[in-house]
Amino acid sequence: MKLMSHAVEKVIAGDIRTVARLIRDIDDKVPEVRETLKALYAYTGRAYVIGITGAPGVGKSTLVDQMIGRFRKEGKTVGVLAVDPTSPFSGGAILGDRIRMQRHSLDEGVFIRSLATRGHFGGLTQSTRSAIDVLDAMGKDYIIVETVGVGQDEVDVVKTAQTTVIVVIPGMGDDIQAIKAGILEVGDIFVVNKADREGADKTLSELRSMIDMNQNKYDQGKWKPPILKMEAVFDKGVSELLEEIGRHRECLLKSAGGANFRKTKEKIREELTELVKDRLIQEVFDHLRDSGEFEKAVETVLAGEVDPYTACDHLVFPNLSLLRNGRPL
Amino acid sequence: MTDRRLRLMVAKPGLDGHDRGARIIARAFRDAGFEVVYTGLHQTPEEIVQAAIQEDVDMIGLSSLAGGHMYLFRRVIELLKEQGADGIVVCGGGIIPDDHIPELKKAGVREIFTPGSKLEDIVVWVKENVKVRTG
Repeated sequence: MKLMSHAVEKVIAGDIRTVARLIRDIDDKVPEVRETLKALYAYTGRAYVIGITGAPGVGKSTLVDQMIGRFRKEGKTVGVLAVDPTSPFSGGAILGDRIRMQRHSLDEGVFIRSLATRGHFGGLTQSTRSAIDVLDAMGKDYIIVETVGVGQDEVDVVKTAQTTVIVVIPGMGDDIQAIKAGILEVGDIFVVNKADREGADKTLSELRSMIDMNQNKYDQGKWKPPILKMEAVFDKGVSELLEEIGRHRECLLKSAGGANFRKTKEKIREELTELVKDRLIQEVFDHLRDSGEFEKAVETVLAGEVDPYTACDHLVFPNLSLLRNGRPL
Repeated sequence: MTDRRLRLMVAKPGLDGHDRGARIIARAFRDAGFEVVYTGLHQTPEEIVQAAIQEDVDMIGLSSLAGGHMYLFRRVIELLKEQGADGIVVCGGGIIPDDHIPELKKAGVREIFTPGSKLEDIVVWVKENVKVRTG
């Protein structure tokens, strides 16, 4: 326990190696980490979290790099979590987002961490959220979370941010349709990057009409997502984005009526849902795996003795009834 | 259930514009199930060490094809020691003359992989020699 509070103190003091290891332990699901996170929670809620998402190659990392530069000029400290996909075949990952941001690596006011999606039973959302908490407790003013915007998991990740920026580029055609299906709803600001390319205005107007179609969502003086043209690599349009982020922040502040807009009822509900879900799945699977029940069930299905639905019932029901009778799993 | 995975960094120190080898190594590491941070070209030893600490990696693989390895590799090791991060294993690869290898190893480079090294052998070496650091 003493060791734990030591870690908490070091995080709050901004000790980089402690923070780096703690994020690793979160990622690796080391059980003891929960105690540290419990103690750190009181120190969270101060940082402003910005989510940046978009398809591979649209320029997210370049944009993040420029944003870091701007925030640093204002004297603000920045934490970055750059999420890249884990290979579903090997479980490994190449994390290359740092390449565009390495010029900041010697700046003590910037902490950049690459995360892999891992992808076992979800859990990405909660581990990213916990990593955000750590960077928050360490005192970062802004935390930028960068993800490839595909899949429910990653949409959930960007939802943990206060302001979510969706980045697209001209000429991706059907990709805009994909965005419409999943991510349009979570975007607070849209960016058409590489706007010097042909078709930027078309992309812009397509986005505009999609947002306008959602008109009733944005009625009653609510935030209506702006769309910005940008050439991040030439630092064009980045100031405008930061202004819009500032405006969105004001808007959130106003609607929260001075309360902490990071810890709204809705956000707490989402986080708690995620925690309960992750914990339950983990406990149940650990139990089924350790007792050998899971492998046994796989064998019976393989042997054709039972169908997978029945096998699932057999695995889940006895454990659930234990829970209902007031006994822990 | 704890799910520890090796985290490695592949880095190109100095004024060397060739990263084909580094990229192939990074892919081999990914395919072996490791998480690999790649930091891109033209890195100073200082940048590499800071990134390695922030990323909490277990190993840094340095690639050099331009002849700067005697200074650059040793400088990385020196900086890791200064930061108390010398638990991070350092290995190297690239165009490195045989008679430089003993001196690099003496400085703390754990292994050097020269042209002709097989990817499988490198992966096996990592599995045998790099462990998740405990501190």
